Amino acid sequence: MGVAVRLIGISKKFGSFSANSNISLSVEEGTIHALVGENGAGKSTLTKIIYGIHQPTSGEMIIQGKGIRFTSPRDAINAGIGMVHQHFMLIPELTVTENIILGNEQSKLFQHISLKKCKALILKNTEAYGLALDPDALAGSLSIGEQQRVEILKLLFRHATIMIFDEPTAVLSPSETERLFATLRSLRDKGKTIILITHKLDEVLAVADTVSVMRRGEIVGTIPASSATKPELARMMVGRSLLLRVNNPSPSPGETILSINKLGFRTKRGVEKVHDLSLNIRAGEIYGIAGVEGNGQSELLQALWGLAPEGSMISGNALLKGDSLIGKKPAEIARLGVSHIPENRLRHAVIPDFTVSENLLFGRHRENSFHQGIGFNNRIVDHYAAAMIADYAIRCSSPNRQPISTLSGGNQQKVVLARELNRPKISLLLLAQPTRGVDIGAIETIHQKIIETRTSGIAILLLSSELEEIIALSTRIGCLYKGSIRYEFSQEEVEFKRNSEHEFQKEIGMYIT
Amino acid sequence: MSRKNLRLFIPILSILSALVVSSLIIFMAGRDPVLIFQKMFLATFGSPYGTGQVLFRMTTLVFVALAVALPFHVRLFNIGAEGQLQMGAFAAAITGAILPAWMPSITAISLCVTAAMAAGAFWALLAGVLKVRFGVNEVIATIMLNFIAQGITGYLLTWHFALPSTVHTAPIIDATTIPALYTVTGWFANSPANLSTFLAAGVALLFQVILFQSRFGYEMRAAGLQPEAARYGGINAGMHTLTAMGLGGAAAGLGAANIVLGYKHYYEAGMSGGIGFTGIAVALLAGAHPLWILLSALFFGVLEYGGLTVNAYIPKDIFMIIEALTILLIIAFSALGRRLEHE
Repeated sequence: MGVAVRLIGISKKFGSFSANSNISLSVEEGTIHALVGENGAGKSTLTKIIYGIHQPTSGEMIIQGKGIRFTSPRDAINAGIGMVHQHFMLIPELTVTENIILGNEQSKLFQHISLKKCKALILKNTEAYGLALDPDALAGSLSIGEQQRVEILKLLFRHATIMIFDEPTAVLSPSETERLFATLRSLRDKGKTIILITHKLDEVLAVADTVSVMRRGEIVGTIPASSATKPELARMMVGRSLLLRVNNPSPSPGETILSINKLGFRTKRGVEKVHDLSLNIRAGEIYGIAGVEGNGQSELLQALWGLAPEGSMISGNALLKGDSLIGKKPAEIARLGVSHIPENRLRHAVIPDFTVSENLLFGRHRENSFHQGIGFNNRIVDHYAAAMIADYAIRCSSPNRQPISTLSGGNQQKVVLARELNRPKISLLLLAQPTRGVDIGAIETIHQKIIETRTSGIAILLLSSELEEIIALSTRIGCLYKGSIRYEFSQEEVEFKRNSEHEFQKEIGMYIT
Repeated sequence: MSRKNLRLFIPILSILSALVVSSLIIFMAGRDPVLIFQKMFLATFGSPYGTGQVLFRMTTLVFVALAVALPFHVRLFNIGAEGQLQMGAFAAAITGAILPAWMPSITAISLCVTAAMAAGAFWALLAGVLKVRFGVNEVIATIMLNFIAQGITGYLLTWHFALPSTVHTAPIIDATTIPALYTVTGWFANSPANLSTFLAAGVALLFQVILFQSRFGYEMRAAGLQPEAARYGGINAGMHTLTAMGLGGAAAGLGAANIVLGYKHYYEAGMSGGIGFTGIAVALLAGAHPLWILLSALFFGVLEYGGLTVNAYIPKDIFMIIEALTILLIIAFSALGRRLEHE
């Protein structure tokens, strides 16, 4: 089998900053080649060079045996390269077929477009690759997984033989991820070459044939996935042996802080999302909720943080040291000593256009200690911001001027964590997806801070789609299935089973599916 | 170019380009642009009376622009400053006319100003409530409310309040007139400029402080930038929609007080003359920043009055073209600037 993409000594500089330096890489035809690395390691720049968005400062690129210089993505598309972006480029008002042929209508301007012919072509592809889709459905009515399938069909329609996937699973549920992997495998088996960008190591091991690890703009190694292990990849990514498992000393929990009794949640349409859910969390312990997304996690958080949508019905109760949380507003709940880190950082936890300092205040701006007159005491706020930035190693240049949107995902999350974990007098933390979209280096800091917070005597309710994270951090684990806790692992069980993580994951897997 | 420079540069570039294009238009209309601009300058800043006229127009423009700017920070586009101004003007004129003549001036003025603010705020709040309660788009709501305001004031004027064979109400009592700057200081000859100008500067400063220095403004901007996150942060976004609209409408009411109590001393059909719409332009040119609005309103004040003074040479419509052109250019250049920033 030949080499689909060969890069020889590719470098790319932005001003004085080297995003890629002297990269040489061979991607074999008919394989899935994963490109892993932390945020900012240069993965995106490299793929943008292959896709013709950026032009390399120096170096050579050989596609299917031919030396090539792209000046735009159009050239790359003509050379048989396609890309599925992280954010889909579909027009919701058009049908699947119309979206797929857009830009490649196979007819002249003002000439009739043969939708029928195109549809037949698309149907052939959906069957060949198991991409079940209704070609007449409106793109806007599709699920995220289906939209991704449309993007893949787009590439097939353009006869792409080299397909680049940029963090394709970031937006998918676990079942959709499984399905995508099956598709990737069938694409590979039919001779397509796939370049997969990701920072999830499990995925690499599950689906890739070859892995290249990038660090600081360079390729630090390329190994067959069959012989790679997660710790080894992690070590290559960060350049030091990283503790994927945080040191988790055995806690001795105190009094009960949160007690949820027979909580039920019915949506406006009458769908039961949470059903008869009961659990207790004590001071100084982390109660991890394991579960496949969509089993009531979001609704549980909405109920506890006073944000259930209008018209939804909540039954049962949730008491924080005797005070009911149900029916209160977020500001009142916060005043009772509850802190919340929501699942969706950019939409719910930060104001992207606000500066780092302003975001460090967000939600805590009601605290008297920051106040002066009708505004804020700038000296105290600056002092607080500087302390948080130092304590959490938040990388930013000028906290009072830099919008938080310019920070990496990991640094943004550290801002949120710094803010919420340091609320005065908190007794309960509702923590959802603490490391979603966060690079490995930051995960370590974040996990350590979570354990420190627990040890200081705060009760933590942890929800995460990463089973590993649940196992590594939790004191007790509740398995959530269809809106109620199906099984609860005690502290002794968790501590014992943590040593054979693989078995433990399997066991939890049985209770959540 | 840095972000900050770019932001300053765009309005200036827009104004300059608009002036160049208008010069061309004046030239095509058969006049010498330099001569026209010279005459304009003489008629405005060249005389105390002209300067006073500019200040008077600037004052109203500051108020209506603030009415647009504050809601703008909560992501609301208030097109209704015109209607809010009309309601405020009518309320001020009626209140001023029915107050007993023995009332002390300070009480009388306060009552009339309060009436104007209340009427403007009420009219703006209608759109706010429609938005918060029913999700009605505020642009549509405020445009419709403009028509309704025109209808109501028109009806009340012609059927109930107009003096016989005129199109205006009875004059307000003397105690409620806001003193002209001329009578107080002797400046600006007999121009309509009055003490409201100081109030305008004060209110602009107040809005600036509220928006950028206070906790209230912090919440308000957060709610405007990311309403969903604001909810998670325990901020009542609906409340901020209402206060922004209410305060904006009250500012428009103050603009009405400037005209009715400071100059005309009665309500007259068509007296607002679309100045509420010019306020949108003033606010946009200033990037909705209250203090920049003072400068931007001055610029538009010069265009408004200066346009009138050279009416004998070239049609005043040319200046409407300049105003509109400036705004179009600002919007176009801002979009361009944002693209440059992202690259």
